Amino acid sequence: MGAIALSAWDLALASTLVLLLAFISWRMRFGIGRQLLISALRTTLQLLLIGVILKVLFDNATLLWVALLATLMLLIAGREVMARQERRFAGWWGYGAGTLSMFVSSFAVTLLALAVLIQPDPWYLPQYAIPLLGMLLGNTMNGISLGLDRLTGSAWQQRQIIEARLMLGQSAAQAITDIRRESIRVGLVPIVNAMAAAGVISLPGMMTGQILAGAPPLEAVKYQILIMFLIAAGTGFGTLGAVWLGARRLFDERERLRLDRLK
Amino acid sequence: MTARLTIKQLRTLHVGPLDLQLAAGECVVIAGPSGAGKTLLLRAIADLDAHDGELLLDGESCAAMKAHQWRQRVALLPAESQWWGERIGLHFEDYDAKLLEMLGFGPEVMGWEVAHCSTGERQRLALLRLLQNGPSVLLLDEPTASLDAANVARVEAVIERLRGERGVAVLWVSHDTAQAERIASRRLQMAAGRLQEAG
Repeated sequence: MGAIALSAWDLALASTLVLLLAFISWRMRFGIGRQLLISALRTTLQLLLIGVILKVLFDNATLLWVALLATLMLLIAGREVMARQERRFAGWWGYGAGTLSMFVSSFAVTLLALAVLIQPDPWYLPQYAIPLLGMLLGNTMNGISLGLDRLTGSAWQQRQIIEARLMLGQSAAQAITDIRRESIRVGLVPIVNAMAAAGVISLPGMMTGQILAGAPPLEAVKYQILIMFLIAAGTGFGTLGAVWLGARRLFDERERLRLDRLK
Repeated sequence: MTARLTIKQLRTLHVGPLDLQLAAGECVVIAGPSGAGKTLLLRAIADLDAHDGELLLDGESCAAMKAHQWRQRVALLPAESQWWGERIGLHFEDYDAKLLEMLGFGPEVMGWEVAHCSTGERQRLALLRLLQNGPSVLLLDEPTASLDAANVARVEAVIERLRGERGVAVLWVSHDTAQAERIASRRLQMAAGRLQEAG
């Protein structure tokens, strides 16, 4: 049993709502109409594209193709992490710190889920591997970009305080400890809130999708709980790693604050 | 005379190369126009900015020491003090009650809110805060610029005591000629990143 198929007409009708919103925004000069249309168009094209890619991938379920798509997803997520930071690290670090942490945490958690928990056959079955990795990357990306943005932004704003603490003979780790703690907290807030609100205020998307596709609600719920835990772990460890790396990069081997390493 | 602080061929952005030795208990006052590099010199000696050349404390090289250990012993008091906790006491683990009194405070100051302290109070408390580490060298960047005459005398008395009792060597940036005459063992003039004997 499957979900009720949507026709092109259904989508067209839904799109008129967005068009109407954009029209009102244009008439009232809210200045967001153009961006609204562009991102609606991006949603349509990107999702159609991934739909086609997934269809091809499902028909050719080899490890090589799954790994290729996973790598591509990681690289795009890494770019996104970089783009969301106001003061990012210059050079390779701007891309590397976030992407490396995201890679380690979300790939490790996805592998754990596939190999130990869900155990599809083969373990890299794209119907499981790709959506799972996608959800993990999407959330880890959020946590890491929020955490790193806060870290570098606060270090910039509070540079005099950090240096004052260094002058008092504190180690680099001590001098940045408050900012590091705050950055990790900021990175984890979205997933903590999502878990707290799940099922009461919001019905998570994956569970809704499974129910629409005809899965028994309790089975869908079990999957959703699993995913929430995996996302929390992936986001948490990814943010910890990225903020730790970033906090070290802010100082050199003589424990000097090196804001010149930021853009 | 053995040197407490030895500076050899120190060079940092806009400063140096320069050589300087400070004996235990000595107070060297540096004057010079703004932009001459006085603050940069102090920062380099505290190893807060990258520099070439060699720094030695009691014969021990800065490079052989962890940076934060160096800064505990070669302590820099910046011109403007920074506070991150809400109350004064949060910035202190321990303090010398005698020095606190000499600076014109009682123990109740630890409960004060930083935001309610004047610039001058903060400056004097920043000095006390720096002394927690028991430094051997003090690098003071215009430490009395925001103080009235009575408090200038208090700070000078505290530094005097540290020099006499603990042999602390002091590098003191000051524009006040009268002050320099009161406290200096030696006076230097800084211009365009170089030091010379003040005439």
